[in-house]
Amino acid sequence: MVAPSLSVEDLACRRGGRPVFAHLSISLAGGEFLALTGRNGSGKTTLLRALALLTPHEAGIISWQGRDVAEAPEAWRGRLAWLGHADGLKGDLTLTENLVAAERLRGAGTPAAPRLDAALAAFDLAPLADRPARTLSAGQRRRGALVRVLLSDATLWLLDEPANALDGPAQEALRAVLQRHLGKGGIALAATHSALDIVGARNLRIGAA
Amino acid sequence: MSVFAALIARDLLMMRRRPGDVGVVLAFFVMATLLFPLGIGPETNLLARIAAGVLWCAALFAALLSLERLFVTDYDDGTLDLLLLAPGPLELAALAKCTAHWIVTGLPLSLLAPLLGVSFGLDGTGLVVLTFTLLVGSPTLSLIGGLGAALTLGAPRGGALLALLVLPLCVPTLIFGTGAVEAAVSGEGASTHLAILAALALLALATTPWAIAAALRQAGE
Repeated sequence: MVAPSLSVEDLACRRGGRPVFAHLSISLAGGEFLALTGRNGSGKTTLLRALALLTPHEAGIISWQGRDVAEAPEAWRGRLAWLGHADGLKGDLTLTENLVAAERLRGAGTPAAPRLDAALAAFDLAPLADRPARTLSAGQRRRGALVRVLLSDATLWLLDEPANALDGPAQEALRAVLQRHLGKGGIALAATHSALDIVGARNLRIGAA
Repeated sequence: MSVFAALIARDLLMMRRRPGDVGVVLAFFVMATLLFPLGIGPETNLLARIAAGVLWCAALFAALLSLERLFVTDYDDGTLDLLLLAPGPLELAALAKCTAHWIVTGLPLSLLAPLLGVSFGLDGTGLVVLTFTLLVGSPTLSLIGGLGAALTLGAPRGGALLALLVLPLCVPTLIFGTGAVEAAVSGEGASTHLAILAALALLALATTPWAIAAALRQAGE
């Protein structure tokens, strides 16, 4: 098996007809973490959405293990776990139901109970697993969304402000989970304002003139 | 479990948690329909003649009422991104959303219609054909409505725009749905009308999922 590697060459994106960034290049190998920083509106979210092929990019190539991801978008989508601005949780469903539904939508089938429990425990959510998501606090929902990412077992994590609304212990849990993901050879990109203290993290400042 | 089945299961589970949402739509259908006999008075002949038209229009408005939220909640809570990122064709996911919508609106409306038809003095044949036209025609409403809901995603005052988009497209279904009942009651036989109604449903089935998927991708950008 070839080691995972993400490479972005000369990427340019527009948002609302206005260029956001251009000539952006990234190269990441397995086990690497890239923190995307930059002011509000500098294009961190746009870059993450472009990487997930949710937004078309104007120029440049995104490749995985040397192959353009646009050639096989479905295989590419299967490799990534997405955490957007919104948590992607249904308020009427319980946390467990949300997680099970998300896994099934990924085509992965119903997750086994021990795996689900372990993922919930990583973010200390086991006691809240049967509560409807709408009754949870913003930080608890964010943790729930992170459990979904962890559960997906994807190689590449794209996280938009993962530490949003998280308290101290939850940030610590996020750090531990990320570190474990990288230790297994995974890759993660996170748009973030707060330092996550990941060992060996690289930093890309977008929009720096 | 395929994405299609998973999505239907999720949406139905959500509806079960909020039975009121479905209840409001069905209650609207009943109220809107019953206003006509009350307003027009006991003119049995007249009522029987307009029954199919009134029931079809009320079913169309009731379906519209619930369509606005079809994709908006997914859009707002971020689950639309998860759908866009799911493996497998987005067209199938779009079809799943419309199917779930039909199961909780089109299907119960069709089954409720004959009970309401009685209050208009429709005869036995008329009631059977009416139920049948709604069963065949209401999937078209869910599919075309789903397209409208996807196209108006993110638009301010999407509800009014949705009605403007969807109502003209539903006119053929409405015409042949009511036409079938009239033809059956007058003894001409409704099979031609029903065949055209089914053809319209198949046409919607064969085209709208692609259009909905394209509109959802656009909204996701």
